[in-house]
Amino acid sequence: MRKQRGIRKTKEYYFDYSLVFIVLFLLGFGLIMVYSASSYEASVSEKLHYDAAYYLKKQASATVLGLIAMLVVSRIPYHFWERFAIPAYIVSVILILLVLTPLGYEANGARRWLRLGVSVQPAEIAKLAMILFLASFICRLGKGIRSTRGFMTVLCVPLPICALVWFITENMSSAIIIFGIAFLMLFVASPDYKRFVIIALVGVAVVFLAIFLFKQLEGSELLGVRGARVLAWMDPEAYASGKGFQTLQALYAIGSGGIFGKGLGQSMQKLGFLPETQNDMIFSIVCEELGLFGGIAIILMFLLLIWRFMIIANNASDLFGALLVVGVLGHIAIQAILNIAVVTNTIPNTGISLPFISYGGSSIMFLLIEIGLVLSVARGIRIKE
Amino acid sequence: MRNKTRYRKKILTLAIGCTCILILLIVRLSYLMISKSEYYTDKALQLHQRERSIKAQRGKIIDATGEILAGNITVCTVSVIHNQIKDKEAVIKLLSDKLELSEEFVRKRVEKVTSIEKIKSNVDKAVGDEIRSANLDGIKIDDGYKRYYPYGELASKVLGFTGGDNQGIIGLEVVYDDILLGTNGTILTYTDARGVELAEWGEERIEPIPGENLCVSLDRNIQSYATQLAYQAMKTKEADSVSIIVMNPQNGEVMAMVNVPEFDLNNPYQLRENETENEETEAENEESIQTSATEMMSEEEKMKRLNNMWRNGCINDTYEPGSIFKVITAAAGLEEKVVDVESSFSCPGFIVVEDRRIRCHKTIGHGSENFLQGTMNSCNPVFVTVGLRLGSDRFYNYFEKFGLLQKTGIDLPGEANTIMHQKENIGLVELATISFGQSFQVTPIQLITTVSSLINGGKRVVPHMAVKTVDEDGNTKRVFTYKNDKQILSEETSDVLRGILEEVVANGGGRNGAVEGFRIGGKTATSETLPRGHGKYISSFIGFAPADNPQVIAIAIINHPKGTYYGGTIAAPIVRQLFENILPYLEGIDYN
Repeated sequence: MRKQRGIRKTKEYYFDYSLVFIVLFLLGFGLIMVYSASSYEASVSEKLHYDAAYYLKKQASATVLGLIAMLVVSRIPYHFWERFAIPAYIVSVILILLVLTPLGYEANGARRWLRLGVSVQPAEIAKLAMILFLASFICRLGKGIRSTRGFMTVLCVPLPICALVWFITENMSSAIIIFGIAFLMLFVASPDYKRFVIIALVGVAVVFLAIFLFKQLEGSELLGVRGARVLAWMDPEAYASGKGFQTLQALYAIGSGGIFGKGLGQSMQKLGFLPETQNDMIFSIVCEELGLFGGIAIILMFLLLIWRFMIIANNASDLFGALLVVGVLGHIAIQAILNIAVVTNTIPNTGISLPFISYGGSSIMFLLIEIGLVLSVARGIRIKE
Repeated sequence: MRNKTRYRKKILTLAIGCTCILILLIVRLSYLMISKSEYYTDKALQLHQRERSIKAQRGKIIDATGEILAGNITVCTVSVIHNQIKDKEAVIKLLSDKLELSEEFVRKRVEKVTSIEKIKSNVDKAVGDEIRSANLDGIKIDDGYKRYYPYGELASKVLGFTGGDNQGIIGLEVVYDDILLGTNGTILTYTDARGVELAEWGEERIEPIPGENLCVSLDRNIQSYATQLAYQAMKTKEADSVSIIVMNPQNGEVMAMVNVPEFDLNNPYQLRENETENEETEAENEESIQTSATEMMSEEEKMKRLNNMWRNGCINDTYEPGSIFKVITAAAGLEEKVVDVESSFSCPGFIVVEDRRIRCHKTIGHGSENFLQGTMNSCNPVFVTVGLRLGSDRFYNYFEKFGLLQKTGIDLPGEANTIMHQKENIGLVELATISFGQSFQVTPIQLITTVSSLINGGKRVVPHMAVKTVDEDGNTKRVFTYKNDKQILSEETSDVLRGILEEVVANGGGRNGAVEGFRIGGKTATSETLPRGHGKYISSFIGFAPADNPQVIAIAIINHPKGTYYGGTIAAPIVRQLFENILPYLEGIDYN
């Protein structure tokens, strides 16, 4: 070991090619699937001028921009961003509030987008901002995190943003993801286990209580959208024409794929039966066309990605870098898990896209910026062993 | 950094946690895609496929000479597929014009949001092709088949016809519906969520299986000649109806069954003009009044009249057989040896049974005669005497033995039962009247079948039409067998009976049934219909040839003739003319 250290005296930068290849694979696969899932519907849509490649083109340009952004960010030492932690937090609050102004616009029945030259979802920015802010905040807190006060502070930091995302953009899924990211970063930073176990148990209890309540309220007016979704989750076929529709269509797609799938491009469900095919529901089309093998392959790719993140986080040269990577890991893992859980009707339906694969410009841009950050952290690793 | 290991442990825990959850999701995915795959695949197919049925071609009905009596012509079913319609107004206009439907009717169907909506079936192929050539999106024209009867009226009440769904309504079409029907096929096409058919996905076809062709024993030539004779008799005698049955007494194969007036099989719901009641009205006004009468007729009334028009009198209706029944009395008497050909009788013109005086048709009486002469004279007192000698128990047992009390089992629907006295109610008067064919009723088919069985050597036959079924290439698919071997009369008695009946035609009351060059046996009958005294009669004649070895038997029944009503005078000539034509013809067939 000493010998090696001696040899590599000069500083060598580490570039995580495996990570880049995994990401490129997912991106390429995503583009193919976006085209496969959207081309038929786009080709019969008057609004899109019958352009089968409409979604593919938009997604491809976002991907190219994202890749450039990723490369740029990966070249910038990540400590450069530390100074923007507080402004980022503030900016994301402002951007969310801007949705209420004429700059915001509505699509698919929800007001979540901002027109700033290109259209952006402030919630996507908020996720990145939250990772940056919390990483910096926890580092400054230092040992303070061991105290209950410190613990609670960190837990409360994301709450204002979550509340804004939830109530202003009516986007509960993003709020959950932002809180989830913060929670996982706190979990890594805090030496404690007990508190997390308690929080997890309380969370589970709350979930069961909520389900029980919704079940009691079945058929009543008080149920609301979320309650209806929970009931539809428990028995999608009973709500086939309402809240259970999308889930059921996704299940038809997944189930009819079988072990080997119908073959790329051969999905029937994408022909207008399944709403949001190129978006939240893309994984079910993957399963329908490529079968169980295709589905498992994608899950394995995400697993590989998570293990790469873990290795980079473990070897990061400082806590700030490690926390950045943990934040990105949390973000991608939460979204992938929740998305697959939704399309397989493992949890109630909520709109969460599959990272790198689902259609969505903002999402892909910010994900790639996050990957850029991780690469930058990886570059900081001194190869010593 | 001292804390590094702590972070590492935490990060590892995190990664392992994520891995565990993702593995659980893989398990869930495998469950959905392996265990539940079939379930969801079925559900998805139901969603993606649209089903259209392909009508199976109904089996033809083919006569003994190979002529098609009931066939099919190609017709179209016109439907619209709501989601594929681009120019709604053009579609509505085209369809209402070409199909002669009201615009309102078509609009309602075109605007209905269903996957596929039938506009009209049984559309002429020419019209279907015209619509097809207009090439409008959303109109679907499927070729199908419609029953077609090339001979129109021929054997209408025997063949029967089919309804809109190709199902048999009456006659052979009903009895052999299962065989004729075949199995409908299906076209499964894929559509997208809007219902637009996806040509590039292809279609799955389950080919229809055509029905089997039914070969019947009816002979088109005999049937049509018999029909001509029946119409001729109906017209000249101004009769209500005339029925003729021609069959093979050896095996029960029916060669012709005529009930005039027949009806047009290609237009079975069209009531005959004289079926409405205004028969007395002036010819000039007749038409208009009848149309209005037809329109005003209630559905129930119309149905009743249609049923009446479709009725097969040979099978569905019973009548008093009159003197033809003497054949049965004779057979029973001879078999039981209460009488023989030489037995002598004396007819004073009547016979007293208990307190009743039963008259002979010849009021001055036939005087002294033997049994053969009594039969030739159709002398009532002779047969009353034979009946009384038999006694009600023995006589009744013969009815049972001869099969008179059961249905014949002919393969046509709605056969009527014999209406006979209860055994315990048969007193001497009833016995006397039964002996010469009165006070009870049988169907014509029962009568001809029983007589056939008595003269064919004593074997009860089952009258029938169906012989076998064949496929499109003429290969036999199934052969129908009938139980024709029950001995109901000794061969000797049968032989004696044939001799007597030959004498009836050669020198007795059946003279008008004689055909030069052929040995004919037969018996005439004239019976007054109930209520008596209205001057309404049924005249009939049954004849068979050759008398020594009968190969064909025919019965002609004239209902309510005007003027001369003696069976020997008006019914026997029908059978004679029939035999004159068909006997050489049948011999010709035998040589083939």
